[in-house]
Amino acid sequence: MLRIEYPDYEALRAHGEETYPNECCGVLLGKNVAGEGNHVHQIVRAGNTRTDSAHNRYNIAPEELVKIQRQGRGLGLDIVGFYHSHPDHPAQWSPTDFAEAHWLGCSYIITSIEQGDAVLTNSFLLSGTGEDDKAFEDEAIQIDIATANTAVHKQKGQE
Amino acid sequence: MNIHIPTPLRAYTGGLETVSIAGATVHAVFQQLTVTHPELKQHLFTPEGKLRSFVNVYLNDDDIRYLEAKEGTSVKDTDELTIIPSIAGGANL
Repeated sequence: MLRIEYPDYEALRAHGEETYPNECCGVLLGKNVAGEGNHVHQIVRAGNTRTDSAHNRYNIAPEELVKIQRQGRGLGLDIVGFYHSHPDHPAQWSPTDFAEAHWLGCSYIITSIEQGDAVLTNSFLLSGTGEDDKAFEDEAIQIDIATANTAVHKQKGQE
Repeated sequence: MNIHIPTPLRAYTGGLETVSIAGATVHAVFQQLTVTHPELKQHLFTPEGKLRSFVNVYLNDDDIRYLEAKEGTSVKDTDELTIIPSIAGGANL
């Protein structure tokens, strides 16, 4: 299960609305907790370098990733995942998302943006030990509210 | 020199985020890295020994692919190498 605080959850959805009709992207900094999953402590917005096809593709420049990883190291945090938006497209991973996913053990959050409004947000855990056996697994998102109450957002089909 | 390991590859460095490896060039450091942590090799290199296309390596702030001597670039103990897999995707094919 992916755990994220409500303001971060709302912020990554808002990012997708801001960049509509283009895809947004960013990095999840946090910690992996054994037996529990990835806990997000901070989200970092990144630029989408795919200006040639930004409405349906994204890419984070590796030099920006290096800086974000360095920023995380300074905070005692790791890169535990990424997020991006699918403008007018379901919040499900695409063949392109899968082919370009290489961060095993990390969470990939996708938010569908319909006509500029964030609709569904899903998370997928990239499991496996390498390129040959990697797979995206549906991952529930636990949203932590400031009052210490929590809401579990189940993915479509998990009810 | 210090080599920063990305989250997915720490399973092959005993959980270490940073490993210290001595060497005169980027190539030499990588050779020693895969001797010290042999399981890393298949994740970083193709069977032909080339760096996998989705694996980026930065010497301080520079992508080694764009350095004149590439992996043959000389390094100092105070330099840092960062291994960073690419991140990309999108809704469409």
